[in-house]
Amino acid sequence: MTRKGKLSRGVAVVGGGLTKLGLFKDRNCKDFFAEAFIEMVGSVDKGFDPKEIDAVYVGNYSNDFFVNQAHWGPIISDLIGHVPKPVTRTEAACASSAVAFREGVLAIASGLYDIVLVGGFEQMSRRTTEEVAEGLAMAASPYEVAAGFTFPGVFGTMATAYFAKYGADREALFNVTIKSHNNAPLNPKAQFPMTIRDFMNARIERCRKKGEPIPQWKDEKDFLRDPIVNPPVAWPMHLFDCCPISDGAACLLLVAEEIAKNFMDNPVYLAGMGQGSGYSLHAKKDLTTYEATRAAAKEAYDMSGLTPKDIQFSEVHDCFSIAEVVHMEDLGFFKPGEAYKAVAEGLSRLDGPIPINTSGGLKTKGHPVGATGVAQLYEVWVQLRGKAGKRQVPKPNLRIGAAHNLGGTGGTCTFTILERR
Amino acid sequence: MEERPFNDTSYEQFLNERKIMGSKCKKCGDLALPPRSICVSCFSTEMEWIQFKGTGRLAAFTGITVAPPYMAKKGFGRTNPYVVGVVELEEGVKTVARIVGVDAKKPEQIKVGTPLKAEFLEKGEGPDKQISLAFKPYLSISSASG
Repeated sequence: MTRKGKLSRGVAVVGGGLTKLGLFKDRNCKDFFAEAFIEMVGSVDKGFDPKEIDAVYVGNYSNDFFVNQAHWGPIISDLIGHVPKPVTRTEAACASSAVAFREGVLAIASGLYDIVLVGGFEQMSRRTTEEVAEGLAMAASPYEVAAGFTFPGVFGTMATAYFAKYGADREALFNVTIKSHNNAPLNPKAQFPMTIRDFMNARIERCRKKGEPIPQWKDEKDFLRDPIVNPPVAWPMHLFDCCPISDGAACLLLVAEEIAKNFMDNPVYLAGMGQGSGYSLHAKKDLTTYEATRAAAKEAYDMSGLTPKDIQFSEVHDCFSIAEVVHMEDLGFFKPGEAYKAVAEGLSRLDGPIPINTSGGLKTKGHPVGATGVAQLYEVWVQLRGKAGKRQVPKPNLRIGAAHNLGGTGGTCTFTILERR
Repeated sequence: MEERPFNDTSYEQFLNERKIMGSKCKKCGDLALPPRSICVSCFSTEMEWIQFKGTGRLAAFTGITVAPPYMAKKGFGRTNPYVVGVVELEEGVKTVARIVGVDAKKPEQIKVGTPLKAEFLEKGEGPDKQISLAFKPYLSISSASG
């Protein structure tokens, strides 16, 4: 009998670090990674010597383009005193560091290493918005780019297909944005730690100071309907459907299960993980689903023996509001065509039955693309340790959380389940 | 029919001749547009060319108001948006293309399911002239917008 689908050795997460996310032109990825690394070292309850790290895997999408510097592996190795031990950079667009995490897990599970550092980073602030859009579009399919699609455009296209099939509309997606922004002020590392109401008040204050007419919005949805403050980007995606441009870094310390308690008394363990690949838009059989996410989820559920009902909270890749909705269905949290209704009913709120994006999600926390996969897993790890402060999921016996990461326009997707035993 | 390799370059050459050409697997009949050299259904490499009629319906779309640099150079952007979409062809495969003949400033009025037919857009001049694929509604304007 083969052992396909199971790891040969268990893996635990015993340390983690994440920078504050935002735009930091006067610093670079070495500074960001150092900040995350220092937090990670301090987070290991029983302490550890960084010299014990056997290997490093780091995800980075395209600092080659964003800051004209490639081959970041050895730069990071040198930064953290890891030379001459191995470092490997992974690239899978916005899923670059979730893939680094996976490679780190596989290296430990194979028996090759006991202690592995995984992480990711990106610096996007040194390019103009137009250049960043062009850089990101390099991760779409060549056919889409040639036809005139942008990144938001691909997701906007999936949104019109979803609307037509299930009767949802733009207003339904407002609920995703409002929900994510409600979590944002509770995350001290978020790029935009503001609720939609905070944005409204800030705008009103600005108008008052300038002596301009005071906008009269009835509520948050009325604000989001206003094209002055929420202009279209790629119909039906508007500004507040889109995640920001960000800088930052994240890392996690992975160790073999049998030595995990040398690092902390109550480690968080890997329960299951999966990765899938996906089609370009034109080749998709169904424009309202991500086949890569479904494949990743199946692999992770099969490995863990868990089902979607067992997942108590999850980070879900919300580069655009529609992506969060479709992925909630592909991950099995809701039936196809039901997730947008679930969001409207508040089921994915921090205090709901299945909190989604407790961190505020990419929309509010920020999306330094190469750092995002590990940054999501950092959030799950912090929540499972009970150290999420004001945004701690208010469930007794919080034990199982997950993170879903998407690369490009769905070409690479990962799903990772962590557990406390 | 043609001794051209089943790849993106041949697809573009055919487009410049105003033909929408894809591949058909000789073994299992699977269609691909743009053409594939390997059948992803049965892994056969025995292919033949098939010309698509260029009629279909709009499966999904977006209206781009924040344009990429190469479209911005052509004058597209916030005040002059454009529409791109996924078109499901009569033969059963999909393609991505510009959608013309619709009001890009009123994307909320564009309907998924609208019948479309191919339109070949010329870009560039002289030897640099290239043709790109677009689609436009082919019923009367009133039924396309109603």
